[in-house]
Amino acid sequence: MIPAAFEYERAESVDQAVQLLGEHEDAKLLAGGHSLLPLMRLRLARPSLLVDIDRLSDLEYVREAGDTIEIGALARMSDLATDQTLWKHCPLLAHVCGEVGDPQVRHRATIGGSVAHGDPASDPPTALLTLDAVLVVRGPSGERTVPAKSFFTSVFETDLGPQDVLTAVRVPKLASGTGWSYQKFHRRAIDWAIVGVAAVVERDDGHLKRAAVGLTNMGSTPLRASGVESALAGAEAAPQALAAAAEHAPEGTAPVSDTNASAEYRTELSKILVRRALEEALAR
Amino acid sequence: MLRHISLTVNGTRHDADVEPRQLLVYFIRETLGLTGTNVGCDTSTCGACTVLIDGRSVKSCTMLAVQADGRDITTIEGMARNGDLHPIQRAFHENHGLQCGYCTPGMIMAAASLIEENPQLSEESVRMGLEGNLCRCTGYQNIVKAILAAAEEIRSSARVSSR
Ligand SMILES: Cc1cc2nc3c(=O)[nH]c(=O)nc-3n(C[C@H](O)[C@H](O)[C@H](O)COP(=O)(O)OP(=O)(O)OC[C@H]3O[C@@H](n4cnc5c(N)ncnc54)[C@H](O)[C@@H]3O)c2cc1C
Ligand code: FES
Ligand code: FES
Repeated sequence: MIPAAFEYERAESVDQAVQLLGEHEDAKLLAGGHSLLPLMRLRLARPSLLVDIDRLSDLEYVREAGDTIEIGALARMSDLATDQTLWKHCPLLAHVCGEVGDPQVRHRATIGGSVAHGDPASDPPTALLTLDAVLVVRGPSGERTVPAKSFFTSVFETDLGPQDVLTAVRVPKLASGTGWSYQKFHRRAIDWAIVGVAAVVERDDGHLKRAAVGLTNMGSTPLRASGVESALAGAEAAPQALAAAAEHAPEGTAPVSDTNASAEYRTELSKILVRRALEEALAR
Repeated sequence: MLRHISLTVNGTRHDADVEPRQLLVYFIRETLGLTGTNVGCDTSTCGACTVLIDGRSVKSCTMLAVQADGRDITTIEGMARNGDLHPIQRAFHENHGLQCGYCTPGMIMAAASLIEENPQLSEESVRMGLEGNLCRCTGYQNIVKAILAAAEEIRSSARVSSR
């Protein structure tokens, strides 16, 4: 399977990428290529120009900036999955990057590509939504920041305009002692999540001070399980309270039926995975 | 429009003009004639096309040849030195880590990257590390055995040479 013909330019900077994107009707950025090239091989995508940003190594970094960790858009999943700074301050995200695909995929796939692609079955976007991350975007009119909660708009659709380049992701550091978990349910190791659940919990004297819960593949975008979060506010950190809160997981979701599972199956699964995620997060 | 690329494959520099849509695996197989790298699925799943790019395993069916410009690539043909099999190749041979052999080049390249990243491989980390490589024949047991044996050999020869 060979992609349809296209023009190719390698951008030497973000600004040049923004400019090149403006010169063609359906130009597309190419980063690690592990979402775009499979689509192009199947001819489900036929861009006229690829603007290659794979070599913008200035954007491959993880750095501390006060209370946040900033990650360059071109950072590879394999590097993030083993990054000591990320493990120290944001272990949920480091763990989730290691859950993407397989080692070969992780050597190429970038965090920016994963976020920009906007696939509701992807794992890193759910982690970012759960962590209240902020995305940094450069476009023709300069730089702006977009909270993860308003970035994902629909299946394969995001807040990015046709000339926008995602340059970085900012994630608040987790307070020490914060519990976390990512439950990815799939049948074969390489597969995408049938359903995934991210959880972050802060506790205080046997009670939950704060809980954030995110869902993968339960709708057209990654979602926050807000019903679960409100049921957990101030709740006792005990098995019964967690199980009761987990029953709220399907509220506000709209899972699809596909060859992996029916919508009903996903609905049931989401409750079980939320419970497991909360239990694991509290055990950490 | 053709694009000029210049890259190193198994220690030899190659210059070529390629169509941007040419996938790296076809450049390796058809332009360079190195047919040890196989195409199994063409959908980024099976790992038969795995090569090393700057030392890291990559599925060459999911990268454009133009993206490999300037890079250092190793294919299965680059593993043996002066007629001596690479320790991973020898371990596959000795442990019967293959039957039809179709997945083998990809398995060996994936293993090379795993061992490079973590010489202290455990059975579990080998099994997890092969999640992107499918084998239709062996049931994986002997592949895992071979990779563990190779990792052990590479560790002990590193100990000898660092003395
Ligand atoms: C076999 C396989 C298994 C996989 N399994 C999983 C999995 O289990 N979980 C999971 O989450 N993902 C999985 N993936 C997807 C993988 O993580 C993707 O590679 C990643 O999501 C996209 O990153 P990329 O750098 O490859 O992006 P590309 O494919 O290069 O780009 C993807 C899209 O984003 C745009 N884009 C890229 N970078 C930017 C940027 N900086 N700014 C604006 N737009 C940009 C591109 O134009 C394109 O539309 C899998 C992929 C494969 C091939
Ligand atoms: S041919 Fe590349 S992964 Fe199967
Ligand atoms: S030996 Fe036949 S596919 Fe692995």
